[in-house]
Amino acid sequence: MLVEEIMNKDVVTLKPDHSIKEALELLNEHHIKHIPIVNDQYSVVGIISDRDIRDAAPSTLEKQKNQAILDHNIESIMTSPVITVHPLDFIEEIASIFYEHEIACVPVTKDNRLVGVVTEKDLLYTLIQLTGIHEQSSQIEVKVPNKAGMLPAITKIFGERKINISSVFIYPFKDDHSQKIIVLRIQTMNPMPLIDELKDKGYEVLWPNIPGLSQ
Amino acid sequence: MNLRSAFVYSEKFQDYKFREDHPFNQKRVELTYDLLLKSGALSEEQIIKPRMATESEIKAVHHSQYVEVVKRASELQLSDSETEEYGIGTEDTPIFHNMHEAASTLVGGTLTAVESVINGEVDHAVNLGGGLHHGFARKASGFCIYNDAAIAINYIREHTNYKVLYVDTDAHHGDGVQWIFYDDPNVCTLSIHETGRYLFPGTGNVNERGRSEGYGFSFNVPLDAFTEDESFLEVYKSALKEVCEYFQPDIIVTQNGADAHVYDPLTHLCSTMKIYEEIPKLANEMAHIYCEDRWIALGGGGYDIWRVVPRAWAQIWNIASDQKLKSGPLPQEWINNWKDQSPVELPTHWHDEPGIYKDIPRKNEITEKNKLTLNKALQFITNQQKYT
Repeated sequence: MLVEEIMNKDVVTLKPDHSIKEALELLNEHHIKHIPIVNDQYSVVGIISDRDIRDAAPSTLEKQKNQAILDHNIESIMTSPVITVHPLDFIEEIASIFYEHEIACVPVTKDNRLVGVVTEKDLLYTLIQLTGIHEQSSQIEVKVPNKAGMLPAITKIFGERKINISSVFIYPFKDDHSQKIIVLRIQTMNPMPLIDELKDKGYEVLWPNIPGLSQ
Repeated sequence: MNLRSAFVYSEKFQDYKFREDHPFNQKRVELTYDLLLKSGALSEEQIIKPRMATESEIKAVHHSQYVEVVKRASELQLSDSETEEYGIGTEDTPIFHNMHEAASTLVGGTLTAVESVINGEVDHAVNLGGGLHHGFARKASGFCIYNDAAIAINYIREHTNYKVLYVDTDAHHGDGVQWIFYDDPNVCTLSIHETGRYLFPGTGNVNERGRSEGYGFSFNVPLDAFTEDESFLEVYKSALKEVCEYFQPDIIVTQNGADAHVYDPLTHLCSTMKIYEEIPKLANEMAHIYCEDRWIALGGGGYDIWRVVPRAWAQIWNIASDQKLKSGPLPQEWINNWKDQSPVELPTHWHDEPGIYKDIPRKNEITEKNKLTLNKALQFITNQQKYT
């Protein structure tokens, strides 16, 4: 999936010479945590987060004092240079950037101009959608040998039963490289006949299992 | 014999039949009906025949285009590929001849129940043929074509000013009804079900609380797999009492899916008949305290149709009609009547014997986890209490 498919195109921005106070107001008004700072050419020159502002702002316990701090330019506290991504990058790459740099928002730029932002929240939302949970479905987990042809062998059985698959995940079984787990969300309320067939054909179904019944 | 309660019943409920080996089997309504007759709990005067729902009543909730597709599928004029986007012609909800009529009769049964209560003819009405809570506005799903509960609630709202509380104790999340009234502050939904991590439909998280005007009028308590009686009932009783106190309903509609039992083949909860005694008992009590007794009880899921559903559903009527649960042995006549057809040994008593399943190893953890989930689900109410 590409960045341009999930990025937010309606970006709230400020210029370097806006005040910290204006930034604070914008964050509160839009319920956001990051504002890209752009120049007249709409190039990203910095970014500020709610944490940058909190670090700079007077303590809530001394409300009346030091309010003048809020009149400083954003430029004085913004982070620069900024890590940016391209609309054609993959969303997995953003996940690594967030993880590696411990940040939670990246501006998206094209021809050096700001075209969108992606936040940690957008990314998590997309990942949740990818698990298929937004469609009515049941989940089943099958353990298979780690070799070619296992996924089509399994999904063929679903197809023959006219059961539509919402999503598929495959990951290694614990530390055992000879086995894999295939997790499927499938659009049926009654996975039992399917599970019986999988078991009959020698596949190990890890879940659902039922207490009292042999596995 | 109490004549302030009505039992909606017709052999026509059997027409809602997908296939011979399909888990949704309305035979369970007949088995329940027969159990009530044989135990002397149901008399002719208490039975009312379901009417058929009209198309406009159904279209008040379902999209017109969807109803038209069901009608054409019903005449076998459409192929599976033409209906798939509407959720019919699938493994769960296959096409069958006259499916529109069969589904309209179930809806009509629930409307008949509702009418008799809101017209003041009876206090309680029971339609075990209904409770098809997965039906969406433009999509069939999870064995449900038309959502009778939603159509009935809509009917109540159109004909009265009652605030409606919908309580769903089916092991599957009551998603159809929830989403249809998600932004309506006059319809409060409470669903207690097995967590959707593995089980269909996957939704029913604590954070599904409603939208815009309806925010705070949708409650969900997803229980851990292998939850047993004690923990289930602790959650059910606290949740229902708190939600009633908060919402102050004028009428209660309960969906009584009987698939949280350990014997049920589709789910992973571990309850016994104990919960099916307590569920209607408290619903009845709440209707008495808050709603001048107005209570409509519907059926729902339930896939062990021989050992679980007849006893569970008969107890709803025992409470709704007489306020008294039955106990002791089941009538021998009922057992004799069905034992040859049943693929499993029929139960002999109203209650379950202890030890019908093996001890659950993580019992304490499951109980603790359910309690935390309950607190989260009710947080909206508890927070409000704190600030008033």
